[in-house]
Amino acid sequence: MYGLILRRLGIGVITVLAVSIIIFIGTKILPGDAAQIRLGQNATPENVKAFRERLGLDLPLYQQYLNWLFAFVRGDFGVSLASDVPISSLIADRYLNTVYVSVLTAIIGVPISLALGILAAMFPGSLYDRVLTFISVSLVAAPEFFTATLLVLVFVTFLGWGNAVVVGSAEGKGFFELIVHFALPITTLCFVIASQLIRMSRAAVLNVMSSPYIEMAILKGVPRRRIILRHALLNAIGPIVNVVALNLAYLVTGVVVVEVYFGYPGLATLIVQAVQTRDFVLIQGLGMIFCMTYVILMLIADIAAIASNPRLRHPK
Amino acid sequence: MSAPDHHEHIVAPFDASVSFDELPDAPPSQAYWPSATGWIGIAITCFWFLIAIFGPWLAPYGENDLPFPDDYSEFQASREGAFLGTDVEDRDVMSRIMYGAGRTIGIAFAATLLAYFVGVVMGIGAAVSGPRVDMVLSRINDAFLSLPTIMLGLVVVAAVGSSIPVLILTAGFIYATVVFRLSRAIGMEIMVMDFVEAAKVRGEGRWWIITREIWPNARMPLITDFGLRLIYVILFISSLSFLGLGVQPPQADWGSMVRENLGALQFGESKLAVIMPALSIATLTVSINLIVDDVSAHGGGKLSKRM
Repeated sequence: MYGLILRRLGIGVITVLAVSIIIFIGTKILPGDAAQIRLGQNATPENVKAFRERLGLDLPLYQQYLNWLFAFVRGDFGVSLASDVPISSLIADRYLNTVYVSVLTAIIGVPISLALGILAAMFPGSLYDRVLTFISVSLVAAPEFFTATLLVLVFVTFLGWGNAVVVGSAEGKGFFELIVHFALPITTLCFVIASQLIRMSRAAVLNVMSSPYIEMAILKGVPRRRIILRHALLNAIGPIVNVVALNLAYLVTGVVVVEVYFGYPGLATLIVQAVQTRDFVLIQGLGMIFCMTYVILMLIADIAAIASNPRLRHPK
Repeated sequence: MSAPDHHEHIVAPFDASVSFDELPDAPPSQAYWPSATGWIGIAITCFWFLIAIFGPWLAPYGENDLPFPDDYSEFQASREGAFLGTDVEDRDVMSRIMYGAGRTIGIAFAATLLAYFVGVVMGIGAAVSGPRVDMVLSRINDAFLSLPTIMLGLVVVAAVGSSIPVLILTAGFIYATVVFRLSRAIGMEIMVMDFVEAAKVRGEGRWWIITREIWPNARMPLITDFGLRLIYVILFISSLSFLGLGVQPPQADWGSMVRENLGALQFGESKLAVIMPALSIATLTVSINLIVDDVSAHGGGKLSKRM
């Protein structure tokens, strides 16, 4: 098992390197370069040349890449082209909002959706199961901003609670104050991950339910509730952890849309601004942060799948 | 009980026209008949595809026409001449949705076709051209698959700017990675099946094997996956447009309409300008998903689990 996990970790490291190359090359094929953008249209060729040397843009591409990568590993993201501010300080102001919303979504959304999904698997074909399946089939395909619009209409327009945007700073707020502060973004993202989680956890439990040892338990006369909670659920834990990690990885897209929708500053709004102002240093840094989070969550998903499956744990 | 009678009951009831020395050309395909939810999905999807094709002719105004030139107020409610109200710049919401339908669906459809073309060619290529090519292609593919799609989109838009061809190419190549994996897996799985072996031994040509042995078996997973991919591409394009990085104004597109009119939720007299485009995307993607779910339930329901 450890060999397999180590191999998977190795692949993870290679993936991160490949991702860094993709991001680096992607931000290098642009017309014009960082020095030109930073100095503006009126810069003399001599100025641009001097500045290129200072930024290291006259070096060969592979050397630029290595310099950038090692600086990134040391935590030095460089200086923003658009605002001339170190990127680490731009991030420091905003990363907490993104982290709060993602973590709170995970804390609230995951247990509720898993409970709903497992409950649906306990009574397959019941009215509850069918209604839940229909709702999750519908929501799984709806865009984040549709869910957000529905929530704003119901809670802000009709019930008159709160505001259609997130106003004010989250600083110094306690756990429950934070939930209230980010109520709309968190609820939107919960719906986004819930629809997938419900479907997949239900499928994972039902999948185990069709195995011979469950049939044996049924024939033995074990009560249905006990079969699911003691026999099926334990074997479905692996696939379920896998599903949870995958869905948290999908949150990356959701967070971008939700931050823009509810108009509060976070890392996602920062990268959208960076794209609009073509601030490539900022895109490189933030792109790496988002992609690494994603890769790490995917890695956890894979390792959970390996660790929980005896057949993978002891390969023949 | 006589022997021939006994024999008759063991053999599965064959169609009278088929005898043992005259096998059918292709495996008998089960007819698919949609269920109630399937029909709802088909009806709504057809409705949007028709609007996408004929929208510009059906729309009461042009996409940037101002139906009420003397009225400068934003986000007006529905009234005579503007059934769904007017938007932030006093344009008719319904006309813009009808123009936007063609753009949103057209871009997504073209990108999905491109993804399928690239993905299937590369995937089948990887499946048939030996382990070395397969490994190189698969590793490159895995690197792209391990990136969040929206980040790839952002990097491309930042590098070359946003236009409709760029959107189609970007979405097409991003989603080709998933198609590559699927078609490679299907190709490899079917190529080693006994019935393909049997066809080869029988001396059937390559074309016969592809069209009569592989395609009937690969058809259902590929068609349902096409539907799923189309949903993801629509969501991807709309998300980019919503972020202001997709279809650029003044061209109408459902995602960018939501963005432009977001203020209506707070200040507007009418909120239709932001509800209707969001609802359009949702009804389209949800109805396609209903069809996909229905078709894959018919085929054993494996795809609906995998989603």
